[in-house]
Amino acid sequence: MSTVFGYAVWFAQICVACAMLNTALRVFIGPAAQDRILAFDSLYTNGMIMLLLLGIRSRSAAYFDMALLIALFGFVGTVAFAKFLLRGEVIEP
Amino acid sequence: MSEIPLPMWVTLPGTVLLVLGGLTSLVGSLGLLRLRDFFMRMHATSMTTTVSSGAILIASILASTAVMGRPSVHELLITLCVLMSAPITAVVLLQAALHRNRERESEEKSTDKTS
Repeated sequence: MSTVFGYAVWFAQICVACAMLNTALRVFIGPAAQDRILAFDSLYTNGMIMLLLLGIRSRSAAYFDMALLIALFGFVGTVAFAKFLLRGEVIEP
Repeated sequence: MSEIPLPMWVTLPGTVLLVLGGLTSLVGSLGLLRLRDFFMRMHATSMTTTVSSGAILIASILASTAVMGRPSVHELLITLCVLMSAPITAVVLLQAALHRNRERESEEKSTDKTS
């Protein structure tokens, strides 16, 4: 039964890798700036999921901290990008 | 996997959750690539942030509980962070997109009037 779990982890990793490729393509071809920001947001979420899958497969707790940091800083980055689109500057005086 | 095999109560729901998470992530990114409008693409990516990350975080909680031999719920921190930040991101991005669309429309109107 544990081999089936291992294959499931492989399957999820391949799916998430394809998803990261698709979102990276959208980052490059996105017609407007907000499309690129949305694709970037999705890209870092997929990267966080990929780190969690690596953590499941290698059974170590080190990947969890990286995933938490990506989740925190990706949110801050997306909000900063969107604020820049909305106002023209990130930190207002 | 050469380590000790995981118990049945981890592998059975864990497999289902991992397959579900991978498939929803793939479908969300395909929607991001294929849909026509920005406001349609927003629906597709919200599936990745909610269903996919939720399923894989639950699978990760199960696996780390079995590996460490005690209940380990520190993945709930990531769940909390993602679930709290997703609506804020969506609202802020929608505001930016609406603002930019409105600016472009007003620019087009002004160029029509002058020409």
